[in-house]
Amino acid sequence: MSLRRLAKEQPANFEISKAALKEIDIWVQKYPEGRQKSALIPALWITQKDAGGWLPEAALRALGDLLDMPYIRVYEVATFYTMFNLEPVGTHHVQLCGTTPCWLRGAGDLKKVCEDKIGPKGSTSHDGQLSWIEVECLGACANAPMVQISNADSDHYYEDLTPESFGKLLDDLVAGKKPEQGPKNGRFTSEPEGGANTLISKGLYSKVTKKALPNAVKKARKKPTKKAAAKKPAAKKKAAPKKPTAKKTAAKKKVKS
Amino acid sequence: MSDLRKVNIDGEEIEVPADYTLMQACEEAGAEIPRFCYHERLSIAGNCRMCLVEWVGAPKPQASCALQVKDLRPNRDGTPANIRTNSETVKKAREGVMEFLLINHPLDCPICDQGGECDLQDQAMAYGRDASRFQENKRAVDDKFMGPLVKTIMTRCIQCTRCVRFITEVAGVSEIGLASRGEDAEITTYLEKSLTSEMSGNVIDLCPVGALTSKPYAFNARPWELEPTESIDVMDAVGSNIRVDSRGGRVLRILPIINEDINEEWISDKTRFVWDGLGRQRLDKPYIRKNGKLTAASWDEALDLAASKLKGDPEGIAALAGDLADTESMKALKDLMDGLGVKNLDCRQDGSSLGTGPRQEYLMNTTIAGIERADALLIVGANPRMEAPLVNTRIRKTWIEGDLKIGLIGEACDLTYDVDHIGATASDLEKLAKSNSGFAKVLKGAKNPMILIGANVFTRADSAQIQNLCGAIAKKFKMVRADWNGYNVLQTAASRVAGLDMGFLPGKGGKDTNAILKAAQKGDIKTIFSLGADEIAEVDFGKAFVIYQGSHGDQGAHRADLVLPGAAYTEKDALWVNTEGRVQMGFMAVPPKGEAKFDWAILRALSEKCGRTLPYDSLDELRAKLFADHPTFAGLGHAPGAEGADKFDPSKLGKAGKVKADAFGLAIDDFYFTNPIARASQVMADCSAVGDETLSEAAE
Amino acid sequence: MVELLQDKDRIFTNLYGFEDWRLEAARKRGAWLGTKEILEQGRDWIIDNIKSSGLRGRGGAGFPTGLKWSFMPKEVTTRPHYLVVNADESEPGTCKDREMLRHDPHLLIEGCLVASFAMQAHACYIYLRGEYVQERERLDAAIKEAYKAGLVGKNACGSGWDFDIYMHHGAGAYICGEETALLESLEGKKGQPRLKPPFPANAGLYGCPTTVNNVESIAVCPTILRRGADWFKSFGRENNTGTKVFCISGHVNKPCNVEEAMSIPMKTLIEEYAGGVRGGWDNLKAVIPGGASVPLLPKEICDTVLMDFDALREVTSGLGTAGMIVMDKSTDVVAAIARLSYFYKHESCGQCTPCREGTGWMWRVMERMVRGEAETSEIDMLLGVTKQVEGHTICALGDAAAWPIQGLIRHFRHEIEERIDNYRAGKPVFVAAAAE
Repeated sequence: MSLRRLAKEQPANFEISKAALKEIDIWVQKYPEGRQKSALIPALWITQKDAGGWLPEAALRALGDLLDMPYIRVYEVATFYTMFNLEPVGTHHVQLCGTTPCWLRGAGDLKKVCEDKIGPKGSTSHDGQLSWIEVECLGACANAPMVQISNADSDHYYEDLTPESFGKLLDDLVAGKKPEQGPKNGRFTSEPEGGANTLISKGLYSKVTKKALPNAVKKARKKPTKKAAAKKPAAKKKAAPKKPTAKKTAAKKKVKS
Repeated sequence: MSDLRKVNIDGEEIEVPADYTLMQACEEAGAEIPRFCYHERLSIAGNCRMCLVEWVGAPKPQASCALQVKDLRPNRDGTPANIRTNSETVKKAREGVMEFLLINHPLDCPICDQGGECDLQDQAMAYGRDASRFQENKRAVDDKFMGPLVKTIMTRCIQCTRCVRFITEVAGVSEIGLASRGEDAEITTYLEKSLTSEMSGNVIDLCPVGALTSKPYAFNARPWELEPTESIDVMDAVGSNIRVDSRGGRVLRILPIINEDINEEWISDKTRFVWDGLGRQRLDKPYIRKNGKLTAASWDEALDLAASKLKGDPEGIAALAGDLADTESMKALKDLMDGLGVKNLDCRQDGSSLGTGPRQEYLMNTTIAGIERADALLIVGANPRMEAPLVNTRIRKTWIEGDLKIGLIGEACDLTYDVDHIGATASDLEKLAKSNSGFAKVLKGAKNPMILIGANVFTRADSAQIQNLCGAIAKKFKMVRADWNGYNVLQTAASRVAGLDMGFLPGKGGKDTNAILKAAQKGDIKTIFSLGADEIAEVDFGKAFVIYQGSHGDQGAHRADLVLPGAAYTEKDALWVNTEGRVQMGFMAVPPKGEAKFDWAILRALSEKCGRTLPYDSLDELRAKLFADHPTFAGLGHAPGAEGADKFDPSKLGKAGKVKADAFGLAIDDFYFTNPIARASQVMADCSAVGDETLSEAAE
Repeated sequence: MVELLQDKDRIFTNLYGFEDWRLEAARKRGAWLGTKEILEQGRDWIIDNIKSSGLRGRGGAGFPTGLKWSFMPKEVTTRPHYLVVNADESEPGTCKDREMLRHDPHLLIEGCLVASFAMQAHACYIYLRGEYVQERERLDAAIKEAYKAGLVGKNACGSGWDFDIYMHHGAGAYICGEETALLESLEGKKGQPRLKPPFPANAGLYGCPTTVNNVESIAVCPTILRRGADWFKSFGRENNTGTKVFCISGHVNKPCNVEEAMSIPMKTLIEEYAGGVRGGWDNLKAVIPGGASVPLLPKEICDTVLMDFDALREVTSGLGTAGMIVMDKSTDVVAAIARLSYFYKHESCGQCTPCREGTGWMWRVMERMVRGEAETSEIDMLLGVTKQVEGHTICALGDAAAWPIQGLIRHFRHEIEERIDNYRAGKPVFVAAAAE
């Protein structure tokens, strides 16, 4: 983890867009009253997307004001989490996983591709199209090596890369194409290459039917939840003709199980 | 009812409260536990790991600052849990942590201001290994700007976060944080802005290493060269206990002394950093105005002139005592004036009306520590944050820890705690007195409600009516009872309570400050003796001959016709009485400047010249007379609190009548410029400039 | 010959996403089947069954899930209870939760309801790692479907229990996988682990009683309850029961995720599902069996070791997250571990001294070891430093940073020594064995 500081050059003025603010508000609603600070990380993320892939200083203050947080607390969070870019990045920001599982499968070769096409680690290409950094494990180890590429549209994972397929991927992005996310070697997801040898009996799962809960039935009637407890007397009076509804429910349940 | 638990520490079984931390329990058992991040007045961080102890049977050593005794399970056989503070495991753990703390700590002790009083140095000696095994390059961290007071050398920082916790929790301004993470984690303010807290200097004391040091004191001295003197602060009426460190007759720094009743272990920035003002603008010899210009004179000349001016008709003579006047000099001045038959005396240069009723009418009767028992507080016309930062700190502490509700009638301001701003005017006070809802309901439901009235309120023309109203409120909401006195005035002048206690007030038929100044304008008052009355505008003295006795060439000296150079608060042994009515004694740290003399001695000498020799030849004799005349002064360290509260009826204070609808004004417009010493200080000027910047930014 | 798990006994039947992840399809696969009846059995029944199934937490520590749930206060006071699902999957070598989140989100949501109900929590937050953007969108959509279908929300599944479920995400910090750091992060702060006690069951999210569980631990619960604790218990060895999703990465012919029974031999797992080690089993050098935090194992141990908690602990490693990182003979194993040391240095939160200072120190020494620029005596020094970090930190990241190095020195000390010797002799420090 290298030192994380705000960019030296900051935009003269910055405002979070109305659309982004609306989105942030959805997050604020997720947390209990008075806990709106919980929305800070999602709000920073939304703001970063809104601002073109990085967080200007003014954004930190704006969110501090919005969520009623001291600026230093927002700053702490923005500098702690590595997905927050504190300086401008390229249109397509390549986050190349360099941790051991990817490294074992050729992440080093992918780095060379980046160095050739973009420049040294942490740089942005001259046309501003591409930038790259090395990141830590992105949690797609069975599809190593892989990268995550963030741009205005998406944050796609591109997996099972070779220097060739990765080079082409970068070229396509620069050419304005929108490459499909996922493995680049013909795999679907994380099944073994060449086809899965499990979960292949397709029909098997389409008709799962309800069965009685194992070791449940008796216990359930005896030790029910509050709601079921209310029903208990009704079940006892099952024979009584006055309670046809209760009978009906019980009968229905039996059939089902 | 106390819940006690047994615990075995280093083989000795002791019984301690269940909510004790292991660290406290170990200390109770006499075992010393090293620590860096832990501080008893801050939240527990548990991050330095220096306080690890062994809990026999637990898989890993435990941070003793964080674990409570009640969290310990007894041993399987039912005997109390065994804690070891001296085992091999503990020794290794401490050595390990010490090594980690030192690997990236620079070896710049020879040029570090913390040297000699550095926790890291001390603990490395006591608990570290003899050598480091670290072969890599050491980390360097950029220094951060934090304002004119706190100097940073961040490479030395050990990330204990005491400063972050202090500023956030105690000072109540979230301005310091630990940014970034891992080995790059660094302490900073947002965008390296100046700290705006009036309590910020305390982070210097809290920093266990030399990362945060005092900017004004930088490279001035080594701690072992300094001579410490216990004293009392005079920047406000709190009476914070301080240690004045000096070398070769110069004050080089001021630090807090722990006093749980008053300042705990904090002091305000003004208290801490005003010392450079002690070396500037000093009056170091007597001066006589000749041809419009103050010209140096001999003591004899000066005293002869003074005596001649005091020999006239006592009706045409007056004496005023300023905010920094010590008790003994006021006593001497009063005795002298009494001897001369002068009745125009006043220690209230602000024109306050307070001081003629029972002692409770002008004291903070709840006491500062007593605030912690309060559950509702009504502030009237005061800004405790500016007028008495340590009182404010105590209010904030109570607000955080307990359930204190605070209402404010006066100018809205950020007091670092949530305030129900009821209104700004005296009419709002009137309304509250009649109300049963809103904050009145809070007061009514409170067990220990209190009212805190700013001293400035009593300078209003309708002060008697407001006092009466406040008393009525105190009565209505049962703020005063045998065991609780919730009626409080927050004094701002260090000398005031002592002055009122000894009756440094107009004698029968005598004039008060406003009347004296009016008479001076008319020419009825011909001579005014000003004992450091520096808050009165020069023109207000009219044509009177002004004898000024004081330490600094401020407003008072500028107007003076005769200057008698006295000693500043660090240059004399003196008694001070704080806003609680607590008498405290300060000691001389350095001698008076140049030809300046102890203030009481100047007056004693003058009395001889006047032919009214005061009946004391030493400070002890003076004090003996003081104690005989006013026994309250003899109760050193004592604050009356609720004593006599059963006989105190606040509703009898002042005079019933209509109040003016005006808003309550502020007692202080610039925290850093409230007295001659502060105004002489360059550091205070720098702080004030930061405040102005912050204000103008906020206005943008 | 070991008997392999049959498809009919797999819980994550859409692990690879061959089928639709949406509600309708998930229902056909059995999700949300009889959830109401499960809830009607009551909390004690649910917790008892999870306990007797032997399910141990799937996030790495392997703490018994049912027991953890039973730590929640029995009575709800003024402080509401919370379930927080740890979907901050970031342990190198681990990529299983991702598949559940994007391919079978409804199993997780249903599990959240059941677990929350058992712990009397009316609200549940699922904390996803920030990088899982697609997974986030999927989960969000699935939650919306569940609300619309009345499966969650007011009177969830018609059970009379009101239940709200929310998706939350991080922004790039491995440490947030530590449960208290996760809670801090969820509260909008830096992900710095809290001191324990108090444990989350007493004071967790917003200071309220909280249980934090891994995605897999929660997602398997409805199926366990539907098919019975005995069914689940029938897989694996005692104390190591059930099925488990394994991730196999590194030098295998076909890296993959697969759900298998616990206690399956490592060799079987690699050979049957991952197409074997590159160049054949004999070309195996070492395996990190449970995510980057656990010590690696040399081939001799891999030959026979079973993939479960106890078997791996016996060989001084651990099952962890069951994310296996396979290294063949071509591997520069010192560099492989040095890269992990960099990872831990990068991910240390910086709060407590041994981890903040120790991770950087260990990484720098490891880098010198990779180049051979060290003294032989420094190997023991490094080992000493790892011991000085281990067990002295607030959270387990310190241990996690120490163990891979300890494993390396335990099993491959000779390789480090060779490099140092080679460097001194001016020879190339590392020559990769011919691959394949």
